[in-house]
Amino acid sequence: MNIIEVKNLSKSFSDFKAVEDISFSVAKGEIFAFLGPNGAGKSTTIKMLTTLSKPTSGEITLNGFNPVKNADAVRHSFGIVFQDPSLDDELTAYENMEFHGVLYGVPKVLRRQRIEELMKFVELWDRKNSLVKEFSGGMKRRLEIARGLLHHPKILFLDEPTLGLDPQTRNHMWNYLSELNKTEGITVFFTTHYMEEADKIAQRIAIIDHGKIIALGTSAELKAKTGKATLEEAFLSLTGKVIREEEAGPLDMLRMGRRMWRGGGRK
Amino acid sequence: MKTIYILWLRQIKRYLRSKSRIVGSLVQPMLFLVALGFGLGPVFQKAGQGNYVEFLVPGIIGMGIIFTSIFSGMEIIWDRQFGFLKETLVAPVTRLNIMVGRTLGGATVATSQGIIILLMSLVVGFRLSNWLLAIPAVVIMFLTAFLFTALGTAIASKIDDMQGFQLIVNFLIMPLFFLSGALFPLNNLPKSISIIANLDPLTYGIDALRYFLAGAGANHFGVGIDIVVLTSVTLLFLGVGSYLFNKIQI
Ligand SMILES: Nc1ncnc2c1ncn2[C@@H]1O[C@H](COP(=O)(O)OP(=O)(O)OP(=O)(O)O)[C@@H](O)[C@H]1O
Ligand SMILES: [Mg+2]
Repeated sequence: MNIIEVKNLSKSFSDFKAVEDISFSVAKGEIFAFLGPNGAGKSTTIKMLTTLSKPTSGEITLNGFNPVKNADAVRHSFGIVFQDPSLDDELTAYENMEFHGVLYGVPKVLRRQRIEELMKFVELWDRKNSLVKEFSGGMKRRLEIARGLLHHPKILFLDEPTLGLDPQTRNHMWNYLSELNKTEGITVFFTTHYMEEADKIAQRIAIIDHGKIIALGTSAELKAKTGKATLEEAFLSLTGKVIREEEAGPLDMLRMGRRMWRGGGRK
Repeated sequence: MKTIYILWLRQIKRYLRSKSRIVGSLVQPMLFLVALGFGLGPVFQKAGQGNYVEFLVPGIIGMGIIFTSIFSGMEIIWDRQFGFLKETLVAPVTRLNIMVGRTLGGATVATSQGIIILLMSLVVGFRLSNWLLAIPAVVIMFLTAFLFTALGTAIASKIDDMQGFQLIVNFLIMPLFFLSGALFPLNNLPKSISIIANLDPLTYGIDALRYFLAGAGANHFGVGIDIVVLTSVTLLFLGVGSYLFNKIQI
């Protein structure tokens, strides 16, 4: 059974097509990687899947529900770690976790127990009462990951979860996720720019470029298709070697500027 | 219920942690009270209108409430900028609940500002007509605060930058405050000002506060009318606010 079905999905911003006619499906319990260069349309796709933005056209079914027509049912089905910051800086680390646990209806005893377990897991337990604004970038990221794992959803979206994390933490996190995937059958949909992560953990990989899916298959299939030895080489041969910022249009420049102005934060 | 509570609690915690905001939003109203109350008091008295400080205090409480509550409602703009808004928007909680939780939180914060202003005016010489009536006065404060927090939320749902915020302060909050009956009596006004004052929901909040704090004689519309108007406008803003909040896209 497919827990995510996407048919002919498109998203335009004024006349710029960020996502163009993509179709794919993810099976229940699968670990699915969504790879692509900067600006390819990964986060835009995730926002449409997670009810944060409406598709321009196309169909999405998530756990049997349509995110536009039945947003509440869809929201009950997934958890997400965003690419951009999403913590409340004025609350403590613990309060951020607690807030999330209550919003997602995790019962009190289980909630307290999981918060402690996860905060120890990301090594923030001894900082639990510090305000998040006092945290370093990596600490914030670890907290966001712990928070994303607090309720156990059917589908977990991870948009560049390992961005800015040290190799130890990255390793640690992927092991935990594999475990969760095995024991609870949680479907994992993630993006990353570290090809070796996708190679190691993903059962299938979609590669998106300029808003279109240009390849989809297992890591072995992608390597065979391009005749390359590693996923990184396969990725480069599929998407080309041009750095994306160079061909960024005025709109991208604008967004880049806003991104910097916000100190790296982005909506 | 628990989700509404945690959203409420978040607003309260953020408020208690920003000492500068608490102090900042008390200084301005107190300045108005002292400067106008004592400065214009003698003129007011000579014009046969009675004690100006007594007249002014409900208006100044209204001032503290409208500023704090619209700002609280508009905190959504900050949440959007710092990214936290996404976290609440993907949660399996209806948007109406999110809206209600936040609005109750903002309204509680603004009501406590109103109570603090009331206590501070007692220090500078204000006398309550009847101590027991301070309780319904607090209820009116809360209703007014709820109304304007919902308005702030509604507006903030449509705005995504700080310039927009400045515009709202200058072109909405200031006129709503100055053209309500906060600083002057509502009788014998020029027609145009009178019409605007009658359309301003703050006018009714302050008028009802006058009834409970300064005595029935200070009330203009009748406290029943005040409460009916406040309640209906609150429901209207809450409805519009949830509708607009529901349409936010990231
Ligand atoms: N709100 C928006 N308004 C205008 N353009 C947008 C908006 N959001 C995204 N875009 C554009 O859509 C394109 C895809 O962006 P998206 O964030 O989905 O890329 P991505 O694949 O996640 O890239 P990255 O690896 O850098 O995170 C980019 O060109 C971006 O500029
Ligand atoms: Mg992205």
